[in-house]
Amino acid sequence: MDILILLLALFVLSLFLGVELITKVPPTLHTPLMSGTNAVSGITLVGALLAAGNDGSPMVVNILGFIAVTLATINVVGGYLVTNRMLAMFKRK
Amino acid sequence: MNENIVNFIYLIAGVLFILGIKGLTKPKTAVRGNMLSALGMLLAVVVTLLNMNTVDYTFIVAGVVVGSLVGSVMALRIQMTSMPQMVALLNGFGGGASLTIALAEYYTKLGATPASFAELLHPVVADSSAFGAGPEGTVALVAIGLTVLIGALTLTGSLVAFAKLQELMKKSYGLPGGPIGNALFLIAALVAVALVVVEPGNVAAMVTVVALALLLGLFLVMPIGGADMPVVIALLNSYSGIAAALAGFILGNTVLIIAGSLVGTSGLILTRIMCVAMNRSLANVLFGKMAAGGETIDADEVYAGKVTSAQPDEVAMLLETAQRVVIVPGYGMAMAQAQHAVRELADAMEAKGVEVEYGIHPVAGRMPGHMNVLLAEAEVPYDKLVEMDRINPTFEDTDVVIVIGANDVTNPMARDVEGSPIYGMPILNVDKAKTVVVIKRSLSPGFAGLPNPLFAMDHTLMVYGDGKKAVVEMTTALNQA
Repeated sequence: MDILILLLALFVLSLFLGVELITKVPPTLHTPLMSGTNAVSGITLVGALLAAGNDGSPMVVNILGFIAVTLATINVVGGYLVTNRMLAMFKRK
Repeated sequence: MNENIVNFIYLIAGVLFILGIKGLTKPKTAVRGNMLSALGMLLAVVVTLLNMNTVDYTFIVAGVVVGSLVGSVMALRIQMTSMPQMVALLNGFGGGASLTIALAEYYTKLGATPASFAELLHPVVADSSAFGAGPEGTVALVAIGLTVLIGALTLTGSLVAFAKLQELMKKSYGLPGGPIGNALFLIAALVAVALVVVEPGNVAAMVTVVALALLLGLFLVMPIGGADMPVVIALLNSYSGIAAALAGFILGNTVLIIAGSLVGTSGLILTRIMCVAMNRSLANVLFGKMAAGGETIDADEVYAGKVTSAQPDEVAMLLETAQRVVIVPGYGMAMAQAQHAVRELADAMEAKGVEVEYGIHPVAGRMPGHMNVLLAEAEVPYDKLVEMDRINPTFEDTDVVIVIGANDVTNPMARDVEGSPIYGMPILNVDKAKTVVVIKRSLSPGFAGLPNPLFAMDHTLMVYGDGKKAVVEMTTALNQA
């Protein structure tokens, strides 16, 4: 149970931190914020790797993992690249 | 590798994500923030790979190669006007990734050894202890069930949002019974989740959760369209984060929980900002139609004989003598791809000593910040993009406002006519300016379906036609003057 409580504490504190951080993002950057957080949510790649690459798992599970790796990688690569592309456009004259 | 070292590096990755989002609070630090965030991602992935005991790289490499190719082609090819579609797709993929991870984890823990996808349906004898000792097993099962539910509905909901934004799906369909039908679907899905928790080996219940959630995503988003899209995209963004955080609970993975909850709150806050900017509740956006007005407002009555139209060169004469001009863009500017033309008009005005700013309503466009990105693409400096609360007091000192492709967000009925369906929605008070120029194809109503009395005001000039063409003609006339 100890671990669960710790994870829950981490979850709740992250939510509060999220609120504090995100409310400070100016409306001008809301679109890059969305694509950037999309890239961050690609962190599911970590879980996907575990599912796809575990040698002991049945093939079907590995295939589910493969789908997860593909989708999460699209999020990570696509998300960071497109965010970078947008942010590079925000310049002061 | 030592678990403690792995978790320490996950912690560093989490800190880098936080610094990354903190960087986004200022345009100057934003690029660096994004890099830091990407570095965190790289760290987390590398340490995960190093920590795996028996690894078969076949599927990992295949997935990473396919994903990187698709992701980079999308990111480099996408037009800025289509950014809402791109974000919708990314939301969906995030949901899909969480869904498949939860399913893979479910079958692994069950100890099932399906030889084919058909065998995924075979029931297995197992209890919650397969998922962890005592309450941990139950919590893991609840997390799996909810991740599957939210992941699946985010997947299909986002695909529908994409199809609508791309105009592949134009009509709005929904469940008969609207919100009640959706609620019944949701309850049924939750019951199926409960069944999985009570009887983990009941594979049929898990498959039912998947099926119901996929359908629910379709039905939730299909009836929504047009100007309500920013709310839907922000909400699905939030769901994709929540699904990732829940997946973190399944795997007992700290960095998933940190990252997922940051994304979840980000989406929720944007959702709230969008709802406030439309003066509507989330429930009203998701399930309600725009309330019908107390008295029907007849467009002919509003407009009859009172609308003044003008040619672009007449407007150019006005602009030449103006001291201060505010440009108010809307989705129509994106549709007409007129952002570069608008910037050139602003340049021409500034060359004549006119002060030019842009007034941006929070829900202009099809996603939060849509107009800002378009104008940034056209190399408009970001400090000229002024948000609603700061631009509104300046309209009284503004000589000319140019409204291009915006409608409802300038409708004075929202401010003045109590009982109008949009009453109370914060608007840009463009009618306070000395002259208002509205560039529009016709007098057709906006998303709210209401006539706009602004168009009939004495100091309003309507310039009919394609937004880009009209702006280019104004620029030409202004340069010749």
